[in-house]
Amino acid sequence: MMDRPLKIAVASGKGGTGKTTVAVSLALTAAATGKTVQYLDCDVEEPNGHIFLKPQIHSRFPATVRLPEVIEKKCNGCGVCADICAYNAIAVVKEKVLIFPELCRGCGACSLFCPQGALVEISRPVGTVEIGAGAGVAFIRGVLSIGQIMSPAVIAAVKDAAGDQEITLLDCPPGTSCPVIEAVRDADAVLLVTEPTPFGLHDLTLAVEMTRALEKPFCVVLNRFDLGDDKTVAYCREENIPIVLSIADDRRIAETYARGEILIEALPSYAPVFTDAWERIWTWCIGRMPEKEVPAPANRERTATS
Amino acid sequence: MRRIGKVMKIAVTSTGKESASAMDARFGRTRWFMVADAETGAWEAHANEQNMNAVQGAGIQAAQLLVNLGVEAVITGHVGPKAFRTLKAAGVSIYLSEAATVEEALRLFRENRLSRVDQADVEGHWS
Repeated sequence: MMDRPLKIAVASGKGGTGKTTVAVSLALTAAATGKTVQYLDCDVEEPNGHIFLKPQIHSRFPATVRLPEVIEKKCNGCGVCADICAYNAIAVVKEKVLIFPELCRGCGACSLFCPQGALVEISRPVGTVEIGAGAGVAFIRGVLSIGQIMSPAVIAAVKDAAGDQEITLLDCPPGTSCPVIEAVRDADAVLLVTEPTPFGLHDLTLAVEMTRALEKPFCVVLNRFDLGDDKTVAYCREENIPIVLSIADDRRIAETYARGEILIEALPSYAPVFTDAWERIWTWCIGRMPEKEVPAPANRERTATS
Repeated sequence: MRRIGKVMKIAVTSTGKESASAMDARFGRTRWFMVADAETGAWEAHANEQNMNAVQGAGIQAAQLLVNLGVEAVITGHVGPKAFRTLKAAGVSIYLSEAATVEEALRLFRENRLSRVDQADVEGHWS
């Protein structure tokens, strides 16, 4: 039976909980089951997946947003563009249109509503998309240019560049705002990586609300599970959120991270932990896919332990 | 024709809607604009609530509001680069003042004790 491609977003509320550590090791684990895998680094303000996957980049192209430009001969200074702009990026004074590119989101409303047809849209680069492969997985990342604020446009360009691999792991930015939503919005399921501290739990609850609003199935990865308190576990139990992977607070993990090494390669004792977790996550995700067709687990000979 | 200094209409950023109100040091996110009209000799209060709560571009839209009101000069505490660009394109003069009240700012202006600024005095919030 043909498996449907599966897109999993690895997100968190709080930063520094281990999204990249988890996404990279899961990518390699999934690849080891014989699936084709791509890793998309959607944390375009601070991408770091390349440090671990060490990809060979074979192509690069700019990520752009559209920016209005005035054809002065056609403009009569009516001011409709300034009125329609939801981002306050246009002013019309003394019949002259002033455009503030740094505030423009490229929505196109101004040129659509201009009664004179006096606004044309030009492409403005705001970042770069890089495509390559490393450690046996396809690799795509976006890099937002310095001084730019349009991360969602760069994330969208990363997703547009994605291939048709069986498994896609989207390494998301932290938080719950527009960039995260752009990264998560067309994933099949979301893994929320957290840690059992008051900050971790606080931000997890925000991430849970966001993910619920997007109507995505989600589960939790509990990193450094032996730190902090038991409130995160209690919260997940109350909210009926499965914890699909727990990782200990192990100094060696931080050391491998600091050296830019992939966790399951540098500390092979963690490989079975991720293999079990991957099987659990995969089965859990497939069970929540809307299609009737439910493919068999990739890795039948291993039995899930939970 | 009577003028206030060299202008017919001048705006002062204000925390309230009275000429005795304390000045608001902010331009784009000022609470009110108090506009003195030389022709009528009266003050008019214009709320800036919409721009005060704008996610971004408050300075630009506050400048747009003043231009639409026909204001030729503004007295405020600080002005950023995008508001400055908009006001300058419309030929609105900008004066900075630390006066306590709106009335006092206008008095200093009438006495020619405020100097016109020819560039933004604070940085923008995005760039």
